[in-house]
Amino acid sequence: MAKRNNTWANIDWVIILLFLLLVFMGWLNIYAAVYNDEFQSILDTSQRYGKQLIWIGAAFILAFIILLIDTSFYVFFSYILYGVLVLLLITVLFVGKEINGARSWFTIGGFGFQPSEFMKFATALVLARYMSVFGFKIHKLKSLATIAAIIFTPVLFILLQNDTGSALVYFSFVLVLYREGLSGIVLFFGTLIAVLFIMALITPGITLYLVLLGVALLIFLILNTKLIQFARIFAAYLISIILFFLLNLVTETEYGLANVLIAGSLLGSVVILLVSLQKRLKNYAVISLVFLGSVLFTLTVDYGFENLLESHHQARINELLGIESDPLGAGYNVNQSKIAIGSGGSWGKGYLKGTQTKFNFVPEQSTDFIFCTVGEEWGFAGTSVVIVLFLILLMRLIWLAERQRSGFSRIYGYSVAVILFFHFMVNIGMTIGLMPVIGIPLPFFSYGGSSLWSFTILLFIFIRLDASRFDQF
Amino acid sequence: MNVLSKRKFVVLAIFAFVGVIFIISLFRLQVLDSTYKQYATNNVLRLVTQYPARGLVFDRNGKLLVYNKTAYDLLITPREVSKFDTTLFCNLLNISKEDLETGISKATKYSRYKPSILIKQISPERFAVLKEQLYKFQGFHTQSRTLREYSSTAAAHALGYVGEVSGSDIQKDGYYKSGDYIGISGIEKTYEKQLRGVKGVKKNLVDVYNRVQGSYRNGEEDIPARIGKNITSTIDLDLQLYAEQLFQNKRGSVVAIEPLTGEVLAIVSAPTYDPGLLVGRVRGKNYSELLADTLKPLFNRSLLAKYPPGSTFKPLNVLIGLQEQAIQLYTKFTCSGQGSRPIRCTHDHITPTNVVQAIRESCNAFLWNTFRSILNNSKTSAEGFNVWYNYVKSFGIGQNVSSDFSNGLKGDLPTEEYYNNIYGKGHWNALTVRSLSIGQGELGVTPLQMANYGSILANRGFYFEPHIIKKIEGDFISQSFKIKNEVQINQEYFKPVIEGMSQTVHQTNLVYTSKIPDIEMCGKTGTVENNQGSDHSVFVAFAPRENPEIAIFVYVENGVWGSRYAAPMASLMVEKYLTDSISSNRKYIEKRMIDANVLNPIQPK
Repeated sequence: MAKRNNTWANIDWVIILLFLLLVFMGWLNIYAAVYNDEFQSILDTSQRYGKQLIWIGAAFILAFIILLIDTSFYVFFSYILYGVLVLLLITVLFVGKEINGARSWFTIGGFGFQPSEFMKFATALVLARYMSVFGFKIHKLKSLATIAAIIFTPVLFILLQNDTGSALVYFSFVLVLYREGLSGIVLFFGTLIAVLFIMALITPGITLYLVLLGVALLIFLILNTKLIQFARIFAAYLISIILFFLLNLVTETEYGLANVLIAGSLLGSVVILLVSLQKRLKNYAVISLVFLGSVLFTLTVDYGFENLLESHHQARINELLGIESDPLGAGYNVNQSKIAIGSGGSWGKGYLKGTQTKFNFVPEQSTDFIFCTVGEEWGFAGTSVVIVLFLILLMRLIWLAERQRSGFSRIYGYSVAVILFFHFMVNIGMTIGLMPVIGIPLPFFSYGGSSLWSFTILLFIFIRLDASRFDQF
Repeated sequence: MNVLSKRKFVVLAIFAFVGVIFIISLFRLQVLDSTYKQYATNNVLRLVTQYPARGLVFDRNGKLLVYNKTAYDLLITPREVSKFDTTLFCNLLNISKEDLETGISKATKYSRYKPSILIKQISPERFAVLKEQLYKFQGFHTQSRTLREYSSTAAAHALGYVGEVSGSDIQKDGYYKSGDYIGISGIEKTYEKQLRGVKGVKKNLVDVYNRVQGSYRNGEEDIPARIGKNITSTIDLDLQLYAEQLFQNKRGSVVAIEPLTGEVLAIVSAPTYDPGLLVGRVRGKNYSELLADTLKPLFNRSLLAKYPPGSTFKPLNVLIGLQEQAIQLYTKFTCSGQGSRPIRCTHDHITPTNVVQAIRESCNAFLWNTFRSILNNSKTSAEGFNVWYNYVKSFGIGQNVSSDFSNGLKGDLPTEEYYNNIYGKGHWNALTVRSLSIGQGELGVTPLQMANYGSILANRGFYFEPHIIKKIEGDFISQSFKIKNEVQINQEYFKPVIEGMSQTVHQTNLVYTSKIPDIEMCGKTGTVENNQGSDHSVFVAFAPRENPEIAIFVYVENGVWGSRYAAPMASLMVEKYLTDSISSNRKYIEKRMIDANVLNPIQPK
């Protein structure tokens, strides 16, 4: 049994060890990524590995300070920190420096500072604070509205900075909410929306509707005991579609087969919905409603994709989904990244012997694409070790979060885990072509002071909270 | 909270799911799929061709004929080019601003990332100046290439020239890439494979901007270029130069052969040209100028001109007559001079003549009678003709006499069918084809064939394939050069013929112009009838009479008489070759020959 009231004795050294391992491996790979024969001194601060070494040192000091600060500080100052960072997010919109199309950086004397990175832990703190209040009920409208406000305020300003990647991170909080009681239906619909979103972009017009219609009919069929009832449903759709087909002929307008099918199936669903509501057939109502929603959603996605997303996001999503293959255009990054990782083979080419990363074939090789260096120089052995290390870290975080007595610590712990998870999933997924190229760093690995410090703060606040889990506050 | 805490498993399951997906994907990408390794190699490896120096060509005495000089190509990589001082650039390279602009846009069209040649073959002198200033021009670099350089202007036709490969060359031989050089004529073409060497490959590592970062695996896999093999020619440079000097302002050809080996000592087609004109950036311009020249300097007369041999053919007809017993050593024919029928004899001489006298006096009447006897010796004229034909053929007339020249012609030796087609089978006889008796008519021979004929006379009945290559460094020359080709004429019949040829030089007017002190040269003049201008001057000879060291054939177009130019020029070359100098009492002849201008087709009688 750990001693009460002794922070140092209760610190989870496993997490700290994992943290040190990842940071060290990250630095080794940054060194390899920018290594060349001219600059070999590891302390050369004109090179990225030299700078990263300074930032690692600073991160250690930061971590130490965090461990010294009393836990109540984070509870009481959470709103203030949040407020200050939101203000910084707004300020950066006006005085920030634009890097890679995103206006999200303050530059002070050559060093960059990215408020959106630090916004994450502040949001997590506020979320934890708000949701851990005694008597908090997640399904109250007021609660949901407040949570939405807490999460989407930063998202709004980060989107305004044109930094989509960082904004998407905040959607990972849905897992925290789920753990804290948010209905599983939300997760289900979240997944459905994601699948529909991708399907809407991948499949050309009519196919998706036919699939949706087929799936809906199949579910109707499974739910039904009597064939006659299914025949009625089938008839409802068929008649609606024929109706629109005739309408098309009569008005002599060319809406096309796809539009006729869509309109017909939508009308059919509405009819079934109304009839089943009247007859109190709850299952039928839900199915037709979900079908209606899905069709409307995909229509919206098609429209939104064409009209709302910026062209470089469109191109990147297109590339990811295999819609447009253009190895020298939008797909270039992913292609080169896959080549670098794939060429590593089982055991890699050896440390500092990677050719793809060394000769700049991989873009952003020390930041967003640092995983390529791991893949090329350390091979499958290296990449699986990194993935396993991250998984251990994430699972350890969940396990630690679950052992917290206070809701605040638990919610914050989950937030840390899901934020790190989201970065892990998107960053590595991006380098191996499973995710769109949205530039977010790999925690502890990627080059950059802001991201390293923000992840360090994020993690060590939780380590501090965990160390005081026996305290009452 | 207990219920909700079970939800941690859902979250953990999501984490694990993503982790497993990643591990599986990475396993596929890194372990199962090997194509990415190939892509990676393609990304970073640039193969740079290493061009070998072309083999050198020496003359038979080891004097350098053809060697290499370094020239530099200026390459441009458009994406690396930044603003530069175009005026300075153009001045350094002596090009116009328009040339530069079109060059750059052409290169950009080809590739923005890959280097392409902007300016070819910059001379070392200009390069030295350019090199100092090159740092001012980003995106430009140079590569060295070797160009041919000639120690003298001699033997342009024999040596041939080198140029860029054509599309069909590339299709025929995968060795060549666009922009490579290939031998286009002469020795350069025939011995291309030996001279070119073998290209090497250097594997360089490049970064994403195609900048060279070093060699691949420390050059372990580099293949060094193997330089071309040096070739020793049979040409005697001094004799060749002397022949070309004699032939200045004349049209025609001379071929000199060492009879016992078949080695070509000199081979001239006049007018000739400076081989240096067809090298480097000026090649295209010079080539079209030479092509447009009405004197046709690019036309290689020694291999391609089909000349009637005229009277130089007479010894051959006499030899056939003797061998076929159509005439005997004691046979004499009377000559009525201008009144001779069916061929009049233009020469004023004693009559009747025997074999020796007939050759000395070049008696047309004797030759007509001999020729008629040969054809009438068989049952039909056609059969007799075929006997004659086979002898002539064995002398290399109408044949590809050498495999060592890439573009030699067979020449014309009419066949039985040829006459059958014209006159009908059985409707022609010796009289019909009488011109053949004096080396006129349908006969067309190349100077190379006639020099070889001189060789056969010198050797008394055999020859070795005339060739121009004596030795290839680290390789063998063709075995066919060693084969002794015998003609079906008994050696004894050469005796009177050679006696007649000796008397031609020493007992006719030729004694004043063509007799070499202390060397017995045997020769036969020819005056070839020409309807388009003055007759051609022809001479075939060898010397010394015993153990001959040189056989020679000289043809001077529009030279009026065989004795006017061809014979004295041949004598000078023989003297020069055998004694290394021209005796003082013959200097005036040398001067007269060198100074003579025979370019006008109409020459005074």
